[in-house]
Amino acid sequence: MTTLTASSTGSRGSRILGVLALVGAAWLVILALAISPADQTQGELVRLMYVHVPSAWTAYLAFALTAVGSAMYLWKRSQWWDLVAASSAEIGVLFCGLALLTGMIWGRPTWGSYWEWGDARLVTTLVLFLMFVGYLAVRRVPADPHLRSRRSAFVGILAAVDIPVVHYSVKWWRTLHQQATVLSTDFDPKIDDLMLFTLVFGMGVFTLTFLWLLVHRFRIAWLEEQVDEVALADAIRERRSEATETALAGAEP
Amino acid sequence: MVRDAGLIAAKDLRVELRSRVATMQVLPFALLVLVIFAFALDGDQTTLRTLTAGLYWAAVLLAAVLVIQRAFAVESVDGIRDALRLSGLRPASIFLGKAAAIAVELLVVEVVLAVGVVVLFGSTLRGWGLLVATGGVAAVGIAAAGTLYGVLAAGLRVKETILPILLLPVLAPVLIGATRAFGAALGDVAVDGWSWFNLLAIFALVYGSMGIVAFGSLLEES
Repeated sequence: MTTLTASSTGSRGSRILGVLALVGAAWLVILALAISPADQTQGELVRLMYVHVPSAWTAYLAFALTAVGSAMYLWKRSQWWDLVAASSAEIGVLFCGLALLTGMIWGRPTWGSYWEWGDARLVTTLVLFLMFVGYLAVRRVPADPHLRSRRSAFVGILAAVDIPVVHYSVKWWRTLHQQATVLSTDFDPKIDDLMLFTLVFGMGVFTLTFLWLLVHRFRIAWLEEQVDEVALADAIRERRSEATETALAGAEP
Repeated sequence: MVRDAGLIAAKDLRVELRSRVATMQVLPFALLVLVIFAFALDGDQTTLRTLTAGLYWAAVLLAAVLVIQRAFAVESVDGIRDALRLSGLRPASIFLGKAAAIAVELLVVEVVLAVGVVVLFGSTLRGWGLLVATGGVAAVGIAAAGTLYGVLAAGLRVKETILPILLLPVLAPVLIGATRAFGAALGDVAVDGWSWFNLLAIFALVYGSMGIVAFGSLLEES
């Protein structure tokens, strides 16, 4: 029997990253909820932005990495890139969901409704979310690992290609025939210095969290692949030894 | 390449003509979708007429999923996919052929649905130039993207459920663009329909060229 030993997916580097993300998150909570001021027009609601904007940013980052990973897989045919794409997509869907959710919670008191079809970014993000849910669905389908990787890579790239077209179509959809009623209530251009700092700090913290999650998800995915290969090799060896036993038994009457 | 594509397209269309699946199942389904919309919207002719463009394209999209599934289901039996791979035809030709056959079938669906909205919703069709151009270019775009996702899903055990979830979000710009262009042609919305036509043309071009490049690799693996 071949054995794999790994007691955790952590390493020195990932632990440092994790601690940084944790400390950053604690500071972000303090900055976002206590230190930064309330907005003149949005009031306390603005604090939701410190979760919403970094979530959206992380989701876009993750999906971009999935597209890059997919392209690199098709070019290099390395399992490494395939697993990076897969891990990144999973975390991307999580943060994209979070961005949509916080967006809706923010939209209810601001726009008066959870959803606003006139906001191009919101609608594009929803389509993006659905596309990558599809990507994850394709990954879940049991298949030969190489086949699955290639298929997923194509889905990742085809989705990425569509994003600009979706964005422009959604943008024109509303702006071409009626005035954008929503954008005027969007961010106040005269954003407070501390608010801007909190926002950028939040994006940094979320990026660290993303990287930390990515490292661990990637390592788990890698180990899963190894386990599958080992299990397969073991099964083949067992069948072979059975076959030899039967052959030997048959040879001596 | 064009001749080979013609062979594939002719084969697919011949299969459809003889098996009657497209005419006996997909076309009735498309009309059924219109009937469902009428039921859902309380059979109010005024509402249905105002929403003609959107309901029309939603029906086209739903029927397109069936057409695409059908186009790859005919190849899942008797090792036909292997035969295609061994035929020596260039993958790009196979892609163009299959997409052309799907586009032709979609055009038939579109014509039937156009008659359907006139009869069932009492809509008046006008702006024929834009209507015909949009119908054509949207059919090509849907067929190109559909052929790519169709072959991708064809090898999977869960192909019936995975195709819509992959394809429909990707076709969102087509639905929006074609609906707007139709709305403009019918005079329901005051927009420049031809700029939407351009967007649909770009979509068709993007997925057409992706298909020509990537189809070989996708066919190989399915």
